[in-house]
Amino acid sequence: MAAQVELFLQTLISGFLLGGLYALIGLGMALIMGVMRIINLAHGDLMMVAMYVAYWLFTLFHIDPYLSVFVATPLLFLLGVGLQNFLINPVMKVESILPHNQVILTVGIGMILTNLATVFFTSNYRSTPVSYASKAWYLTDFWRDAPIELSLSAPWSLSFIVAVIMTVALWFFLTKTDTGKSIRATAQDIDAALLMGVNVGVMRAVTFGIGAALVGGAGCLFIPIYYLYPSLGKQFTNVGFVITVLGGMGSTEGAIIGGVILGIFESMTATYLGMGWAPVGRFLIFVAALVFLPGGVASILRKQRLGK
Amino acid sequence: MKKFIPPIILAGLCLLPLVGLSSYVMHILVLVIMWSIIGMAWNLLGGYCGQVSFGHAAFFGMGAYSSGLLYHHLGISAWWGILVSVPVLTVFSLMLGFICLRLRGAYFALATLALGEVLRVTAENLVKFTQGDLGIMIKQRTWVEKTWYFYVILLLAAGSFLVVKKVMESKLGYYFVAIREDQDAANSLGINTTLYKTIALCLSGVLTGIAGAFYMNYMGYIDPTTVFPLYDISIVTVMVVMVGGVATSWGPVIGALIMVFLAEVIRSMPGIGAAHMTLFGILLIFIIIFLPNGIVGDFRKITGLFKPRGALK
Repeated sequence: MAAQVELFLQTLISGFLLGGLYALIGLGMALIMGVMRIINLAHGDLMMVAMYVAYWLFTLFHIDPYLSVFVATPLLFLLGVGLQNFLINPVMKVESILPHNQVILTVGIGMILTNLATVFFTSNYRSTPVSYASKAWYLTDFWRDAPIELSLSAPWSLSFIVAVIMTVALWFFLTKTDTGKSIRATAQDIDAALLMGVNVGVMRAVTFGIGAALVGGAGCLFIPIYYLYPSLGKQFTNVGFVITVLGGMGSTEGAIIGGVILGIFESMTATYLGMGWAPVGRFLIFVAALVFLPGGVASILRKQRLGK
Repeated sequence: MKKFIPPIILAGLCLLPLVGLSSYVMHILVLVIMWSIIGMAWNLLGGYCGQVSFGHAAFFGMGAYSSGLLYHHLGISAWWGILVSVPVLTVFSLMLGFICLRLRGAYFALATLALGEVLRVTAENLVKFTQGDLGIMIKQRTWVEKTWYFYVILLLAAGSFLVVKKVMESKLGYYFVAIREDQDAANSLGINTTLYKTIALCLSGVLTGIAGAFYMNYMGYIDPTTVFPLYDISIVTVMVVMVGGVATSWGPVIGALIMVFLAEVIRSMPGIGAAHMTLFGILLIFIIIFLPNGIVGDFRKITGLFKPRGALK
């Protein structure tokens, strides 16, 4: 019995830590979704690019992956702004039969990034063997005769804390600064924002940049605890859009809650069903969200705020 | 005159194997025709009805596996799979449509994107049922020569072409286009949008599944990564239609021709072969920006480029 409880609690803890990182991926996607009304299917591939940046900084210059957050996020921001300005914006103006052309375009971008990474860096699995990789804190260290044993891995906790800091920073940016307010205005109503003098074009570029920067940050936080290969992006794109749907299309608060839910759920499937089934679990939660909660977590939050 | 173009092309293709083409050329032709079936199927759903799918590999793989599993478990000819894949894919598409097509916008595209991946993982993990990564192998293929395979796939393609054409000429086709152009307006005119979107999905899924079942018979071997990949099947399907021309009857055929030849040419070039996905991606971006309606859809634009300025008016 104690062993069962221990396993459950341990799974819950690691799921929660994973959820914090997932929330960061989902946040970037939700932000882009909210402002530009497109799903960025190259999201995971942008994360892969950031992970390679962190990997090479570590391998060549021995820079800790957590410090390379400061290199990778600005770099990804520039990449995002560039992609938006030179590829996605022109397509938004082109007349076509299909409404999803921009989404197909992001698939093309993702395809190019993955393939280039394979060509230049081969498809070998890589990782950054940091010195504190296997360090952990145990419950028995603090409470000698605890009935169960739980552990908290050091790099996981550190990644989680940095993710929380980035989320809080984003929240400050969106609610307290002028640019942030303009972004939120653009997300709410593009025409009204235009009339109020918001430069919507610039806001779109900035939003795409921030979305890319957030997922780039998440990449740097993932690399000490995960491994890296060129086609890893697809999996995290899936994670990102499941969170976006779960949280409610384009809602940032929803994305955080959705990320934590998905993280815990995925840990549970990994523990009780086996690692290989994680994508299936992800899909089930996606289907469940579509059937039972089409508005996502955001619709519940909105109801509570309105007092219904 | 226009009415006679499809029969003339069909007759021409029927006579083609008599010329005595090499086995490699026949293989390419079979692939082109197979891809044009998948393209036509995607076009029905994505081009005419406006529901973009990023997961046609799911339908393709389901068709291939229903054929392969029949052979593997019951020991009957894998050709029965072409018949069996029809009900299997219908039920599967109905379920998918019921869940995802009630909602509009990107939900459907997202669901299909995840679906291929989910089916791949399921096929990999249900080792007892699907053999997992070992795959399913047909011990003896029906014919050694490619000629008969060519006729079978040609027959299937002609059937698909006819189905798509008849559907688009009927009331159903007008409903599809109405849904693509404005779902609210279609709804207000009394069109049950969910029902008709689901019908489009079923037709598209069944046609793709038949192509998948043929693939199993033709190649004689499948495993989860060859029939459920995202880029190599789902995205190439989208590209076949985008390159050829969205919502045109000949677009998928032209697109399949270009994509299969391009893939063969790029893969055979030393040094560049590994980067073929990059070139495909660049082609996709180029098409979306400059020829959003594909080669057939924007044919006037292309011919306009080569005319002298004065002739453009």
